[in-house]
Amino acid sequence: MGTKEEAQGTLSSTDFGVSASAFILNWNTVCSSFPPWTWVLSHHQVEGYLSLENILLSSTQEEHGELSCPGPGKHSHQEDPIDVDDATLVHTNPCKVHYYDLHIIYCNSYRVPVLYFRAYDSDGEPLEFDEIENDLPAYSKKALSDSKWTFITQEEHPYLNRPWYKLHPCGTSEWMKLLFHADDALAKTGVAIELYLVAWLSVVGHVVGLRIPFEMMKQL
Amino acid sequence: MEEAQKYVWEGAIPLQIHLHESEVTTLPTPPPALILAPRIGYLPLLIPQIKPHFSNALPPGSPDTVWFDYNGLPLKWYIPTGVLFDLLCAEPERPWNLTVHFRGYPSNILVPCEGEDSVKWSFINSLKEAAYIINGNCKNVMNMSQPDQVELWRSVLNGNLEAYVRISSKLRLGTVGDEYADGGGQGQVKTGRVPVRLYVWSVSEDFDDLEDAPQIDSWDKISYINRPVEIHGEEGNYFTLQDAVKSILPEYFPNKSSTKEESSRDEDENEQTVPSEEGEKYLSENVDTCYPSDNVEIKLVRIQGIEPKMDIPFSWVVKNLTNPEHYLHICVCLKVPQVL
Repeated sequence: MGTKEEAQGTLSSTDFGVSASAFILNWNTVCSSFPPWTWVLSHHQVEGYLSLENILLSSTQEEHGELSCPGPGKHSHQEDPIDVDDATLVHTNPCKVHYYDLHIIYCNSYRVPVLYFRAYDSDGEPLEFDEIENDLPAYSKKALSDSKWTFITQEEHPYLNRPWYKLHPCGTSEWMKLLFHADDALAKTGVAIELYLVAWLSVVGHVVGLRIPFEMMKQL
Repeated sequence: MEEAQKYVWEGAIPLQIHLHESEVTTLPTPPPALILAPRIGYLPLLIPQIKPHFSNALPPGSPDTVWFDYNGLPLKWYIPTGVLFDLLCAEPERPWNLTVHFRGYPSNILVPCEGEDSVKWSFINSLKEAAYIINGNCKNVMNMSQPDQVELWRSVLNGNLEAYVRISSKLRLGTVGDEYADGGGQGQVKTGRVPVRLYVWSVSEDFDDLEDAPQIDSWDKISYINRPVEIHGEEGNYFTLQDAVKSILPEYFPNKSSTKEESSRDEDENEQTVPSEEGEKYLSENVDTCYPSDNVEIKLVRIQGIEPKMDIPFSWVVKNLTNPEHYLHICVCLKVPQVL
């Protein structure tokens, strides 16, 4: 990643691929009990994006929703870096089980990744927006209510010709810039590209209740 | 120079709009509505004209969101009307026969539309994106005063080019197009990005007559590519429309300058390395699946209903044929050896 882009918090299309590669490796190592992120090719095998699908989000009464493994079967008993609340394994109300598909897609215009997601119930029926809102952490809900048009919107998926929810990208480079400047370690070691997506998702993931374990930031 | 822009703004498509048969409750069937739709406008903005025409024939109860289809294909409302026409009618059909629905919005396919507000929001959003591409930030658009925003949108709604130019010039969204168009080739070298939206459909068989072109019956047959064209310095002087189109279709027209074996990240802005689960970055995928440019042919390029000569200076195209949100919408038909 050129210093210029680093300074601007953006990254090139090529670097997105590099970062995605590093991200997948990192995630699969650290979050081994979680399903893996995969790289999906599109547009005649040249452009690609990151995909994590069929993730369970179950909200408990006390806490905001958290993305977790889809079902007890996949949950390992080893020391799990992701703090999975035991309560998420128990689905007292089957109707409240919501599944999420997450895609991280590179945006050529803003030169940053963009999160697209969709949600559905156990019958595969898409969720209404207010159902999704209920799943979201409290701070997301506030941001949403403050600005209807500029936070999460429903737009067409760049490749799939279907409506997906999208997190708006236009502020991304600003806070990515801050993130990178704030961390001396990142600036010195110059592995900004490899860690770009981890850093980015650690912020963006919060919107949908996906927590990125700190261990991922240390993996190099 | 302004002449071409005027023609673009005055461009319109004659539409013949039929109510979907399942929604007709009267006899005789209501005649179709005949509407002249501005090319730079959007279909939902025509609803105030269309609805009264059919209101007597509609079944009772409150209607759903209005939507349109062409030969069964639901139309994406956020694509300018002229672009939809250029893309879906290989052989221009005049009037263009569309079907209107007041029920059964296909929300699994089409993004929701809440009338003029949604269209306006989509327009402003695209304008922001274009501003970011051109200037590296969208401050000018975000900082527009409320009255200016209203007037800008009104000018688009009403097709008022004069008003539009007055407001939009404040946004300082000149691109590389301006440098060369006015300077007559003596333009300063400028590196810049131009907002472009490409709609690509591929055919594997040749056709002589547009009438014989295969019908587009699904949006999956169209590749929508929202990628800026990058113009680097001096080459801008000689940059043609053909160069521009090829530069944003690297999968069909690989950059000759790069040899794929060397992993030169810096040059190849448009190529992505392909990650595998082991984290290996290998570029062979790109080489194997890229069509050599000999076998891929640009059969048709349509912008604002015109099929310009491919060697036309791209700067002229940008200066004169962009839409009000500062995007250049280009419909391309490619002949490829094998359709995926």
